[in-house]
Amino acid sequence: MIGLTLEGITRRFPAEGPGETTEKTVLQDISLAIEPGAFVTVVGPSGVGKTTLLRIIAGLDHGFQGRVAWSENRQPKIGMVFQEPRLAPWLSVIDNLLLIAAPGARAEALDLLDLVELAGSENALPRQLSGGMQRRAALARALLAKPDLLLLDEPLISLDSTRAERLRSHLVGYWQARKPTIVMVTHDFVEAVELSSRVIALAPESGRIALDRTIPLPHPRRVTDPAEAALLDELRDLARDWPAPSHTTEEGEAAPRASNAAMRLLTI
Amino acid sequence: MKAAAALEVPRRRPDWLRFKLPSFIALLVLWQVSAMLIADPALFPTPLATLETGYLHLMTGELLFSLAVTLARVAVAFFFAMALGSAIGIALGRSQPMDAIFGGWLSIALNMPALVTIVLCYVWFGLSETAAIVAVTINKAPTVAAIMREGARALDRQLLEATQVFGVSRWKVLRHVVLPQLAPSFIASARAGLALTWKIVLVVELLGRPNGIGFQIRTFFNYFDIAGILAYSLAFIAIVLAIENFIVQPVERRTGRWRTA
Repeated sequence: MIGLTLEGITRRFPAEGPGETTEKTVLQDISLAIEPGAFVTVVGPSGVGKTTLLRIIAGLDHGFQGRVAWSENRQPKIGMVFQEPRLAPWLSVIDNLLLIAAPGARAEALDLLDLVELAGSENALPRQLSGGMQRRAALARALLAKPDLLLLDEPLISLDSTRAERLRSHLVGYWQARKPTIVMVTHDFVEAVELSSRVIALAPESGRIALDRTIPLPHPRRVTDPAEAALLDELRDLARDWPAPSHTTEEGEAAPRASNAAMRLLTI
Repeated sequence: MKAAAALEVPRRRPDWLRFKLPSFIALLVLWQVSAMLIADPALFPTPLATLETGYLHLMTGELLFSLAVTLARVAVAFFFAMALGSAIGIALGRSQPMDAIFGGWLSIALNMPALVTIVLCYVWFGLSETAAIVAVTINKAPTVAAIMREGARALDRQLLEATQVFGVSRWKVLRHVVLPQLAPSFIASARAGLALTWKIVLVVELLGRPNGIGFQIRTFFNYFDIAGILAYSLAFIAIVLAIENFIVQPVERRTGRWRTA
């Protein structure tokens, strides 16, 4: 198990486009200690820097100020689900999984594909799968990495509700069995309240932490139970001031050049 | 995948029979008719006369020897040009500073007339085999580099990021992520390059080698032996088309399978 500490993380992006002159600050002075084995969800309006925060933790962003420190003196093994599936289009689903695994992981990879309800699709090429199936394959890949730290960027978005429900309980089961540290970005407050051991909400504009709650409740949870319902209400109150959610972008804030490639991955 | 293959196979043969073969025969007929109209066998021999000349040279062994010599030069120069051009192209495509500094050099190299490099190589290195190979390589490598640079620029950054997060080894990334993306560029440059290489090899041979198709063509030119020139050219075209059809295209189909499968 590995924990991490974020110290004074600030991320500014240079102005983009002809109309804009000021740089954009998405994260401001974020300091957080995430305990080993915690399941943290990060919520907040679009464009507030949730994806950027994951990229900073993953070591993909090099333009931030501040520091990321690990509780042990080593780099953790990271499993990540990006907003896009990011599968190699020329490799079959199973080969995409095995690419990131140590040799001899085939049986486990097949089990994980079964877990995300992709049994039988292992030899398909990504383009032969729907977007939702590709996302599930990406989730299986992240789990196959046997991560100390699992970074999930809206992993269950665009799945139908009953399947998302099942995968949520699988995810909690996996977390309880293996105890990886999880940081998950989500737009879904119910998901945050039902799954995680701690919810962090980022505030629009300021880019600071607006709310930080530990949820010491046992699983499975129901949002109709009083304690859960209270937290959910608190989150909904908080979100009243947020700008209306945009369903289109979020990629743009972190990796402007990436979105075209992402669309290609989704459409071919 | 199976359905697509099933659709493709029955279509290919009729296509070939219906269009390619008749149009090829039409070209031969056109050649025969115009040769008969011009009625000067020395200036413009008929296809049959050309075939006969080709057969004579084939029997003496001269044609095959020249073909072999020229093909060997093409192969060696092609190998060096692909290796050198790919290395330069990938370096420029992956590194912006490198491209900023050396991109202009590549533009100059791309626009250098083939004849200039050939003449300079012969002057500097003498009328040697090395000079011939170097000249062809220098002519061909920039084209390869330009195509490979585009391929290397277009590498999927998102996928590379994913492999980085998961800590995939450099070798696996190269083998399974980078090379599959570069394969189409590599084959495109090989195709563009093959045609260019053999044309330049002929010029190199014509200017300063004692054997090969280019040398033979110069000899025929000295004796105004048009039938010889045509026979040797056709033999060479046949070989190049065979390489294109039986080596380059199958490889191309194989590497591009994931796009259409």
